[in-house]
Amino acid sequence: MVPQLFFAYFAMVIVITSVLVITRKNPVHSVLWMLLLFIHIAALYLFLNAEFLAVIQIIIYAGAILVLFLFVIMLLNLKKEELGKRFQRGWTLSILIGAFSIALLLSILGKVTVFPPPGPYSIEAIQREGSIMTLGRLLYTEYLFPFEIVSVILLVAIIGAVVLAKKRRIGG
Amino acid sequence: MEDYLLIPLLPLLAFIVNILFGRKYIRDKAYLISCTAVIGSFIVSVAILFDVIGGKTINEDLYTWVVSGNFRVSVGFLIDQLTAVMLIVVTGVGSIIHIYSIGYMHGDKGYYRFFAYLSLFTFSMLMLVMANNFLLLYFGWEAVGLCSYLLIGFWFEKKSASDAGKKAFITCRFGDFGFAIGVILIFLTFGTLHYVPVFNKAEGFATQTVNILGLEVGLITLIAMLLFAGAVGKSAQIPLHVWLPDAMEGPTPVSALIHAATMVTAGVFMVARCSPLFNLSEVAMHVVAITGATTAVFAATIAIVQNDIKRIIAYSTISHLGLMFLACGVGAYGAGVFHLYTHAFFKALLFLCAGSVIHALHHNDIQRMGGLKKYMPITYITFFIAALSAAGIPGLAGFFSKDEILWYAYASDNPAGKFVWVLGTVVAFLTPFYLFRMIFLTFHSKFRGTHEEERNLHESPRVMTIPLILLALGAVASGWVGIPKLLGGGAHFINFLKPVLGYPEAHGTHVEEWVIMCISTVIAISGVGLAGVMYLIKTDIPMRVAKKLSSLYRILFNKYYVDELYSLIIVRPAIWIADRVIEGFTDAKIIEGMVNGVPRSIGAFGERLRKIQTGLLHHYAIIMALGFLIIALMLWF
Amino acid sequence: MVPLSWYIVLSALVFSIGIIGFLIRRNIIIMLMCIELMLNAVNISFAAFAHYMQDMRGQIMVFFVIAVAASEAVIGLALVIALFRNKPTVNIDEINIMKG
Repeated sequence: MVPQLFFAYFAMVIVITSVLVITRKNPVHSVLWMLLLFIHIAALYLFLNAEFLAVIQIIIYAGAILVLFLFVIMLLNLKKEELGKRFQRGWTLSILIGAFSIALLLSILGKVTVFPPPGPYSIEAIQREGSIMTLGRLLYTEYLFPFEIVSVILLVAIIGAVVLAKKRRIGG
Repeated sequence: MEDYLLIPLLPLLAFIVNILFGRKYIRDKAYLISCTAVIGSFIVSVAILFDVIGGKTINEDLYTWVVSGNFRVSVGFLIDQLTAVMLIVVTGVGSIIHIYSIGYMHGDKGYYRFFAYLSLFTFSMLMLVMANNFLLLYFGWEAVGLCSYLLIGFWFEKKSASDAGKKAFITCRFGDFGFAIGVILIFLTFGTLHYVPVFNKAEGFATQTVNILGLEVGLITLIAMLLFAGAVGKSAQIPLHVWLPDAMEGPTPVSALIHAATMVTAGVFMVARCSPLFNLSEVAMHVVAITGATTAVFAATIAIVQNDIKRIIAYSTISHLGLMFLACGVGAYGAGVFHLYTHAFFKALLFLCAGSVIHALHHNDIQRMGGLKKYMPITYITFFIAALSAAGIPGLAGFFSKDEILWYAYASDNPAGKFVWVLGTVVAFLTPFYLFRMIFLTFHSKFRGTHEEERNLHESPRVMTIPLILLALGAVASGWVGIPKLLGGGAHFINFLKPVLGYPEAHGTHVEEWVIMCISTVIAISGVGLAGVMYLIKTDIPMRVAKKLSSLYRILFNKYYVDELYSLIIVRPAIWIADRVIEGFTDAKIIEGMVNGVPRSIGAFGERLRKIQTGLLHHYAIIMALGFLIIALMLWF
Repeated sequence: MVPLSWYIVLSALVFSIGIIGFLIRRNIIIMLMCIELMLNAVNISFAAFAHYMQDMRGQIMVFFVIAVAASEAVIGLALVIALFRNKPTVNIDEINIMKG
């Protein structure tokens, strides 16, 4: 009973804040609501026995990415008038698409009956070694190659950001 | 390689050399190549003639040309008595005309081209007469038509000349179409196109009929009529005679060679060659005889009022070709070929003499000539001899051949025989009349041209007069090989052709034969006499007659308005269709519509498709989302 | 226990809201945030499956998704800044030079 109540609370907040994120006029407000969203998602990860993920979520998403968004918003320094109208012209079609996609995604719910057999990483097994240790063991053995690729991606992101946002010097 | 192959090969080589190297390298010496080639062919032809007289004939397939299912045609040659005669005519008269052309065409900037075309023509004509199957005959047939077009329109910068060339080719085409269908029918009936098998099997199909639109038409009759259609076109009989007078736009040697001696006689040759087929069909023979006779009279009546020296001779050619067909139509193929042979000499001579006159005066109008006999004696004498021969004055070649025709026409068991004999006799009267009218107006009394022209009058150079003399000898003597038995001769010519053409039947007595001969002689002499009276002595008669019978005069002068009629019912509708329908509709609208329309519609489509790229991220996003949904749906179902 | 289907429903909802937001807003920065929203919804789904299938691979996936999402957000924002220099607007309707 209690876990379901907690889940219900978290789920409700997540949905409400996501709606709020997409509807605010001021982008800073959107970012702030997103912060709330991320914290609740991290809590949900805790529910799912993924402590490491919860921590990563807070540190990277809430701590780095949202701050980056805020920096850029401040950098652009838009006056209130310049923000312009909020919504696009053909918003009904978008709402329809969204509704349709909800319907589609939800329609699979009762359809999948055969699940693959559960893997070796039960809750007890994770709790024995700790979430980080389990994750790390997998990451550095089986998924080493994607791990290295991700590091290259991050490198590219850094270089790209520097190159793109650089001020062009005249005659340079 | 057999000797007879040299006959067509030499002119072919001459053509190739002249056409390839003539413009830059050979130029003025082009005559050497062509003349040697054709004289060489003549020498070989004489040798072949002696072989054939000795009894040897050649029927050889040289090379398989077409093999397609059941259809097999070879390049093969048939040399029998008929071919031998034709070879002599073509190469002999051809050589003389080649020599004449050396002088006549001198200085023309297309000198090498002229001789190249002459050689090509000689080659084509030789292939035509030496063929041993209908397809090779058709090849020669078409090739001579092509050469005729090339040579008539030789001075192609002159619009009337190129128009005349086109007219000749297109008019012939009508006939050639029938001819082609006839050849196809022959193949369908007999399964082969070679002469010998076809003629051997022809008897078996004599009674077979074909159902066309409800009418039962004899199969052989149909084939013969279709083949004759080709002859009508090529030999300028009614109704396809209209091209020959206009063909006089070509140089005079061309008129002499092609439109007197050889190409136009290809029709007669073909009918003679196919005599086994024609003999089986009475209807076809009647058609041939009546067409020939009618054309003969028709052309002769036009000739008596013409003023262009070459046109008079052209109509005379049409008329004499009619006589040849008349002979073939009553079964006297040998007589027809005999007349072909003598006609080659005197008609070519007439043309070459006219060419000599034109060479001196640079125009063709006999009303502006006169009194030329003291300036051009050789031309005058040879012209006179030619006209005597053509008129059928006894002793000369034309007399014997024409007389044979008239006798066999009268004496045949063909019911139309007597009728065509009457027409032939009318022609025998008109021919001397118009020919001597021409001579008296041109050479006698006083010169009617300008003083300028009078000072330039001169006899033609020797290279032109020697051929005239040679042909004159032929015009006199060539008939002597065919003197009929009545007059003590051995009728050698017709006898010679008997193995190929059969011997014509004559149902009449010797007395009748004498009477016919006398009638035609008297008529010929009276024709000359009337011409003399009207144009030498009482020279005002022509004017009075023309005024009294002015409408008749106008009809004759305008050639019975046949050209105008054709222009109205054939030429103008064809041009209208070409202009409005083919060009205006199918070309402009349909084809250009497609050719322009395809890029235009692609462009329009592209224009519309371009609007999808709005440049707005929002639209792209919506389309992406929609795409995702559709794919999900497709995977779902 | 919270059944798996609830997590799936939640994930679907958030994802659709992300899509709606992406298609509805004019501000580029908000649109980038909606992308993050969609990625997070997917993360929830992966983590839920990892838990219920007792397979660690779901969490690995989340790890990678977070890393890539971060880099992509960085590049996206750098592009926004570069665009802003040419045309001082964040309204994507006005950035349509690629038209045609």
